[in-house]
Amino acid sequence: MEIKLTLNGKPLTAEIDADTLLIDFVRDHGCLSVKRGCETANCGLCTVLLDGTPVLSCSMLAARAAGHHVQTLEGLQAEAEDFVGFIADQGAEQCGFCNPGFVMNTIALLRENPDPTDDEIRAYLAGNLCRCSGYEGQLRGIRAYLDSRKGDA
Amino acid sequence: MGKVLSINQYVRAQSLDEAYTLCQKKNNVVLGGMLWLKMHRRQVGTAIDLCDLGLDKIEETENEYRIGAMVPLRALELHEGFAKLTQGAMEEAVRHIVGVQFRNCATLGGSLWGRFGFSDVLTLFLALDARVKLHHAGEMRLADFAALPRTTRDILTEVIVPKAARRVVYLSQRNISTDFPVLTVALAAQDGKYTCVVGARPMPAVVFADEKGILAQGITEDSARAFAENIASRAVLGGNMRGSADYRREICKVLVRRAALALAKEG
Amino acid sequence: MAETNFRVVNQPVRKKDAMQLLLGKPAYVDDVTPHDCLVVKVLRSPHAHALIEEINTDIACKVPGIECIFTYKDVPQKRFTMAGQTFPEPSPYDRLILDQRVRFVGDAVAIVAGETEKAVDKALKLIKVKYQVLEPVLDFHTAKDNKILVHPEDSWRSLCPVGADNQRNLCASETCGDGDVDAVLADCDEVVEHTYHTKACQQAMMETFRTYTEIDHYGRLHIISSTQIVFHVRRIIANALDIPKSKIHVEKPRIGGGFGAKQTVVAEVYPALVTWKTGKAAKMIYSREECQIAGSPRHEMEVHVRVGANKDGVIRAIDVYTLSNTGAFGEHGPTTVGLSGHKSIPLYTGNLEAFRFAYDVVYTNVQAAGAYRGYGATQGIFAVESAVSELADRLGIDPVAIRERNMVREGQVMTAYYNEQTNACALDRCMARCKELFGWDEKYPVRDMGNGKVRTAGVAMAMQGSGISGVDVGSATIKLSDEGFYNLSIGAADMGTGCDTILAQMAAECLDCSVDDIAVFGADSDASPYDSGSYASSTTYVTGKAVEKACAQLKENLCKIAAGMLDCGVDEVEFAGRTVRKLDGTGEVSLFDIATKSMCGNETAVQATASHSSPVSPPPFMVGMVEIELDKETGQVDVLDYVAVVDCGTPVNPNLARVQTEGGIVQGIGMALFEDVTYEPTGRIAENSFMQYKIPTRLDMGKLRVEFESSYEQSGPFGAKSIGEIVINTPSPALAHAIAHATGVWHRELPITPEKVLWGIKKGQA
Repeated sequence: MEIKLTLNGKPLTAEIDADTLLIDFVRDHGCLSVKRGCETANCGLCTVLLDGTPVLSCSMLAARAAGHHVQTLEGLQAEAEDFVGFIADQGAEQCGFCNPGFVMNTIALLRENPDPTDDEIRAYLAGNLCRCSGYEGQLRGIRAYLDSRKGDA
Repeated sequence: MGKVLSINQYVRAQSLDEAYTLCQKKNNVVLGGMLWLKMHRRQVGTAIDLCDLGLDKIEETENEYRIGAMVPLRALELHEGFAKLTQGAMEEAVRHIVGVQFRNCATLGGSLWGRFGFSDVLTLFLALDARVKLHHAGEMRLADFAALPRTTRDILTEVIVPKAARRVVYLSQRNISTDFPVLTVALAAQDGKYTCVVGARPMPAVVFADEKGILAQGITEDSARAFAENIASRAVLGGNMRGSADYRREICKVLVRRAALALAKEG
Repeated sequence: MAETNFRVVNQPVRKKDAMQLLLGKPAYVDDVTPHDCLVVKVLRSPHAHALIEEINTDIACKVPGIECIFTYKDVPQKRFTMAGQTFPEPSPYDRLILDQRVRFVGDAVAIVAGETEKAVDKALKLIKVKYQVLEPVLDFHTAKDNKILVHPEDSWRSLCPVGADNQRNLCASETCGDGDVDAVLADCDEVVEHTYHTKACQQAMMETFRTYTEIDHYGRLHIISSTQIVFHVRRIIANALDIPKSKIHVEKPRIGGGFGAKQTVVAEVYPALVTWKTGKAAKMIYSREECQIAGSPRHEMEVHVRVGANKDGVIRAIDVYTLSNTGAFGEHGPTTVGLSGHKSIPLYTGNLEAFRFAYDVVYTNVQAAGAYRGYGATQGIFAVESAVSELADRLGIDPVAIRERNMVREGQVMTAYYNEQTNACALDRCMARCKELFGWDEKYPVRDMGNGKVRTAGVAMAMQGSGISGVDVGSATIKLSDEGFYNLSIGAADMGTGCDTILAQMAAECLDCSVDDIAVFGADSDASPYDSGSYASSTTYVTGKAVEKACAQLKENLCKIAAGMLDCGVDEVEFAGRTVRKLDGTGEVSLFDIATKSMCGNETAVQATASHSSPVSPPPFMVGMVEIELDKETGQVDVLDYVAVVDCGTPVNPNLARVQTEGGIVQGIGMALFEDVTYEPTGRIAENSFMQYKIPTRLDMGKLRVEFESSYEQSGPFGAKSIGEIVINTPSPALAHAIAHATGVWHRELPITPEKVLWGIKKGQA
């Protein structure tokens, strides 16, 4: 079947199978930041934005995304660059495999709640698993970014 | 290992009638959030998507909320009206479910249609005395819907929650955050009448009334304990990976008692 | 203390790949290899133990797009091990790529390769297998000398004297000791004796096992794999395919987490066989389910401990017997078990008069275990530390005090650790600092919070090693390049831990330049200097020293070239970072000019390679303290605060050392409280997904606080020891301790779930 959607700002027409999952679709279209970590919608590695809302691309049909705007980390580099350096300064990226999903969901968090508390950060990112970092360094990084923004203001 | 789900055809229904006609075929399926469906080794003929039918809205009338079947759980979690109506129980019932992205995908209709044993959502909505609207069968109480055979081929289009002066407390026990619950309890009070729903038994949630009027004289430590013992003795409980039947019975006593005391505190 | 005033070492520099990873750039196997290659999948056994009587692939082969299907009839008949270890491997040669006998639910039955995933999935369903189902050995207590043999075959081989005997289901067996442990225990005032059970925990790295293979333009098999051990992969694949090692080239891109999982060749053999037989490029991506059922988890162990002490708290003897379950194959079976005693007993070297350590490692019909962070030490430390805390209780001594009284200290000879001496040990300072930071004296007694909740604290110590003494080889090649930057080539594998950066920091320290002046490359079996690989907590300590040596050699060569340019003797110049200058101050040449000179009419190599191996394996030490809130009505345990103080020698990169520690603690919390592995009666693992196998989220770990109390290890680079593994060892005993104080019940089997806690309380009250 044919679908039309917008991927990272670019209109796209593509031929897909009815059961093509959005994760496979975006990877086939060069968005390799999107990772598969499980098959059970538990890990958050495949997070993309659908019309600005973070969703699990492993559990969504590409067909359902037709007519919508899909964004992956490839299309949000500038917004990510604003804060990921603070995570790098903690060494909390570690193996990096969970990073794109975690960064995407952090973007969604900060758009929704520009000044979250630590507990709000933990709650919002609870669906993003990481096996390397122990999470604390990720939190320190986001906190340092938020503090730096307050310093700027 | 083989891929789990295959779908032959995808159709965005343009009317509920079209969707209803399509879903009469046994190997066709109506899509909710797809989170549960995707995990099944299943060959689907036609996947019927309701996403064009405007079922993603929450409408408020004088007496009720009408929630479209495609409304995601996350929208319920953030909804101020429900926060007020349920005194925070709505958020409490869904906030433990995996993560924000998951709850952006999971729909209310899908959550209730599955009548899942583990369902937090079914537990709370039973306590809210919700009604569901099926395209063919029409409106019915959620409790009646929950009892329908799973082979029912209809489409859940709306969930209706009355704006009753009801106090409600929702509690769940989990072995680890964001996991399926070991047990869920929703306790509601309206006009001096109590409704206690117990879910994740691990079978689907069931509703209990305070038949003996244990709480009728007010909620105290003693009456709360007696009520909890009563519910725990009536509830049919089973065991699974997350807990034995005996453990669930102990948890049932604790959660029902704590819910009753919390309700008393609120009131 | 030696020199600790470093310029680049001991600085929290950013990981070299950090921004690329955080911005989601393509870096992993499936990102950097072609997509139009054969898809490889494996048909897996539904039985725990069976013989394949018939296997018919005719119909499956006819599925359009199927390239080939292999069964046990199509593979070489020489047994090998998938364990990434130095040859001769202690792990027995007990595998074929595909065997007529299947030995666990999930064992490989057939390999299918096709053009699309759909075709392969279809073909998998169409393979007809007739099994002769055999009775499995599922209970590891009954495995030794069971009449059912997991490996009855004559072609089974053990290359090392580890006490293995396939006719007894034994993968390894040994006893060692010092002094008369029975006599000393008989003379003790108090003896604690219990058995502690740890499960076959899953590694759960976020990137599953995955490998791409192709034939390169020299006709060699080119393997790009997510592996910690490129050189061992080369040998293992050569053994498996029965082809010369010269025919194989292995490289790794970025690795999405390892923890030891990728120290075993889990996925590589399948696409390698396909490519070698068909000449076509192939790729295997393990599903999460496959990772859970056919991966390389922790060895399930039962550790029986006897600890004896006098009334005054002097610990005099420790006796440990470990029964380890290696599962269907012996990868890392003979070696992991050793750490369960050799890395737990020595913690109490202080007053130890005698010890004994014995073990059996048995084959069973469950998923084969592998090398998982902590490597047996984790299991042993849970047991010994729990026993010591219980001993403290019985003697009425504060658990911190009993440790202070008996812990190993600097300068002591650890009889239970191959008589190695602790030349650098700050365990005492770790304990003192941890106690202060945590507020032990305030938090240790039980605090009733009302509403059925209590807060309590627990403590544990840990040690590990730094590389395998006398075995591990680390190497580094450092090269001066155009304009005066350096290339550092290594065979160690950065699996997210940051070794590329850490080793670059060491090179920059040696060469008096910035980390940005060092470009790192690794790991590639053709291009990198030989390295055993990144495991056994070896990279910082062993490969780091090789970097130091290589830099020293390179500096000599650079001085030689510069002396020629300055027209003086080499003894008249010195290396000064950006220049080589004459000692008398009369001239200098820049690194830029030396680099230029090296490329024009030059005969002195501006490249040096050095290897290093250590005769000792200095232990890092650590203390962990945890505060929990326990709900006595539900059994739920919430971790509130975890404080760890670590002696890893000089932390080469304090940020990365801290995050290693935090990550290990959270992994350890998962093991202690949540992560369960249970088998259905058929031998099938129930927790076969992240939906059922629950690793901690960021809501499950409380607050972490990490500090370092550094000793200076003279044999390590810049005083460094290791950090990667020790950090997973304290949570299980510390949490069991805290739970015991909240409930009065010692839990000796992990994970300690709310249900177990509640029944413990109920039983205690009855």
